[in-house]
Amino acid sequence: MENVKAVPGALQSRRIRINLSLNIRKLFKQSIVLILLALVWQLAPLTGLADPAFLPPFSDVIQALWNLILSGELFHHFEASMVRSLSGFALALLIAIPLGLIIGWYPLARELLNPVMELFRNTAALALLPVFMLILGIGETSKIAIVLFACTWPILLNTIAAVGNVDPLLIKSARSMNISSFKLFLKVILPASVPTIFTGIRMAGTGAILVLIAAEMVGAKEGLGYLITYSQYNFEIPEMFAGILTIALLGLLINQGLSVVERKLSKWKQQVNG
Amino acid sequence: MTVSEKIRFEKVAKSFIVRDPKQKGATQQFTAVKDLSFTVKEGEFITLVGPSGCGKSTLLDLLSGLTSPTSGSIYMDGKEITGPGLDRGIVFQQYALFPWKTARGNIEFGLEAKGIPKHERKELAEHFLSLVGLGTFANRYPHELSGGMKQRVAIARSLAFNPDVLLMDEPFAALDAQTRETLQSELLRIWEKTKKTIIFITHGIDEAVYLGERVVVLTPGPGTVKKIVDIPLKHRLYDADIRSNPEFVKARHEVWSLLHELEYQGAYI
Repeated sequence: MENVKAVPGALQSRRIRINLSLNIRKLFKQSIVLILLALVWQLAPLTGLADPAFLPPFSDVIQALWNLILSGELFHHFEASMVRSLSGFALALLIAIPLGLIIGWYPLARELLNPVMELFRNTAALALLPVFMLILGIGETSKIAIVLFACTWPILLNTIAAVGNVDPLLIKSARSMNISSFKLFLKVILPASVPTIFTGIRMAGTGAILVLIAAEMVGAKEGLGYLITYSQYNFEIPEMFAGILTIALLGLLINQGLSVVERKLSKWKQQVNG
Repeated sequence: MTVSEKIRFEKVAKSFIVRDPKQKGATQQFTAVKDLSFTVKEGEFITLVGPSGCGKSTLLDLLSGLTSPTSGSIYMDGKEITGPGLDRGIVFQQYALFPWKTARGNIEFGLEAKGIPKHERKELAEHFLSLVGLGTFANRYPHELSGGMKQRVAIARSLAFNPDVLLMDEPFAALDAQTRETLQSELLRIWEKTKKTIIFITHGIDEAVYLGERVVVLTPGPGTVKKIVDIPLKHRLYDADIRSNPEFVKARHEVWSLLHELEYQGAYI
């Protein structure tokens, strides 16, 4: 729209109108299915298609959500969950990426550690929840620890794979310019590994929320998982759904955020669909 | 006036331990090149041509210092080559450009390896980009460039850190025929301008004869020098269709015959 200033009045307003209609159409296409879904949710309990006791109308859920926001309760639980998942996630990044780089670089390390990593990777993190709770209690530590555990494996394994999958031709080319092993690692291996490492990070992001909510459902005094279970036990079903909606939004936000960062870091990658 | 010798191969042999396909778990020796001896003069453009399996890639690895011979030695300026160095620049068939760097960034990588200070790198990189005709593509990433452009960036990258010798491993093989011809002429132009010693490996007889002042014909594995053919063609750049020139055809036929002989000896061309 930089050229708008130079364009005379009639053409200018026509351009604005065209852009507006394009944006409205785009918005429409993106939201129509969601709106229909909300409509179904609203009408199903009201018409008796679903039992309103177990599936309250959408409007009731929004009402409950609004009340939770006003009372500050939602933010309280949201904050608790966010702090736990972000801490565990950040710690996982700090531990798993450097570790993965080292293991990936030394074939002996990879050989020795592979069996144990495969074992842990294939153990569902939630299966170890009782262990974490026994050792670390039901406070913040065990929650952050289990998020850390769940996030570490995808990041670690992807980092190791990334280092191992660097195009050998690039390594050959760099070596022919007589650069040191350290420089090779820093300037060739590392940048080449970023996209694959990032796939691991995104997987960890999804896993973090999943594991945290489950942990909060089992033993917690606050948090979104706790909110959901507490509301369920007290048969405050609209509140329960409000919590679920919030979690959905949280997951969406985190995924979108990570996608944006990934796109920024990977703008050199070949576009698959041109 | 004697032209000094730049590179000398002296009875070079290279063998590898490979998996024995006939016996499970056993290994056997595979000799890629054997008794390889020839010299390259300073400022010469020499091409190496041979059938598949004649050890061309091994030869390149040896010259670049990425591996060392099992026996024999390779000398550059009288000193034995013991490892890689910035006095030799390599251009690969698959370009080997770093996809996360722009065209300029790729060239700057070589300059950084040489130790050129940061503030000088940009200008130098852009100078060499212009030399290969890509002055306006400095900020493009490799995936935004065509094959021919990528190869030009690869050539510019190797030229930028000013090596004495340019090693080129079938650099134009992955390009279409017209781009190939264009780049061949451009390479000759660059050679005339920079006066570097160029060792060019190829599968193509036409290419070997068009570019090389001498053509080294290699035998199939284990590779060794069959014959070195002199190509006394003058004015390659100024004769528009030199490939139809009788002198060219004669030289081409000589190389072809040598390779054809090898075919009768059981090699695959």
